[in-house]
Amino acid sequence: MLGAVLFSIGAVGVFTQRNALIIYMCIELMLNAVNLTFIAFSRFLNNMDGHVFVFMIMTVAAAEAAVGLAIIISLFRNRATVNVDDINLSKG
Amino acid sequence: MQLLMFFVFGFCAVVSALIMVTNKKPVSAAMCLIVTMISLAGLYVLLDAHLIAALQILVYAGAIMVLFLFVIMLLNVQEKEGRLAGQAILLQLIAVVVVALLFLSMVNVDISGGSVLAFGYVANQFGTTKAVGKMLFTEYLLPFEIASVLLLAAIVGAVILAKRRIDDSGSSEAHPES
Repeated sequence: MLGAVLFSIGAVGVFTQRNALIIYMCIELMLNAVNLTFIAFSRFLNNMDGHVFVFMIMTVAAAEAAVGLAIIISLFRNRATVNVDDINLSKG
Repeated sequence: MQLLMFFVFGFCAVVSALIMVTNKKPVSAAMCLIVTMISLAGLYVLLDAHLIAALQILVYAGAIMVLFLFVIMLLNVQEKEGRLAGQAILLQLIAVVVVALLFLSMVNVDISGGSVLAFGYVANQFGTTKAVGKMLFTEYLLPFEIASVLLLAAIVGAVILAKRRIDDSGSSEAHPES
């Protein structure tokens, strides 16, 4: 339930924010909501598999944050903006 | 007591997440995200996941948020957001409505499945480092190793992405995008 609330807030943030950094933070928030849901279900079902999955999700989130922030840095050096509306490289 | 703590942590998490999403300044958004992470760690402790709670503090509130703050400071963004065009606001409204529908369906699933869930018997070693570690190194050994390879790939990729600019800082002017 709380996980759903947090996930929705994160999704709203992804769609409404125009700052790439805050969009990344919202993605982190969504991943955390999923983690919370995993932990809660693993507690209620008395099954520890959820903990291992959360461990993996944290790993992937850390990797994703590192690569994403590197992309943002190189984009910023190229374009001098973090506004995703100004970054439209795939337009041909 | 547990219920009270749950509501306190949950309230903190949701409120700071809302502040984060509606904020325009990246630094204050990052601070609010840290508050959300710490509240989530408290929730994990309430759910008997002590190892995951410690990892949450270390990895998220420590490493990832330091990375975020470092990048924010490095980029030194000065926000000069103009008024949004009418079309963009309409798109945002549509996005919010779609997410609201998604949320309602998720809550429906939660409530319909809620009767099954109850605080049952909890094993003695549930959520301790020993138990999680034992699972990680026996049943989930292959995913664990793959995760380490993934981290290595992420390190290499991040270094290459951030470094390439230094190499062709002069040549990027010669041929912009082809």
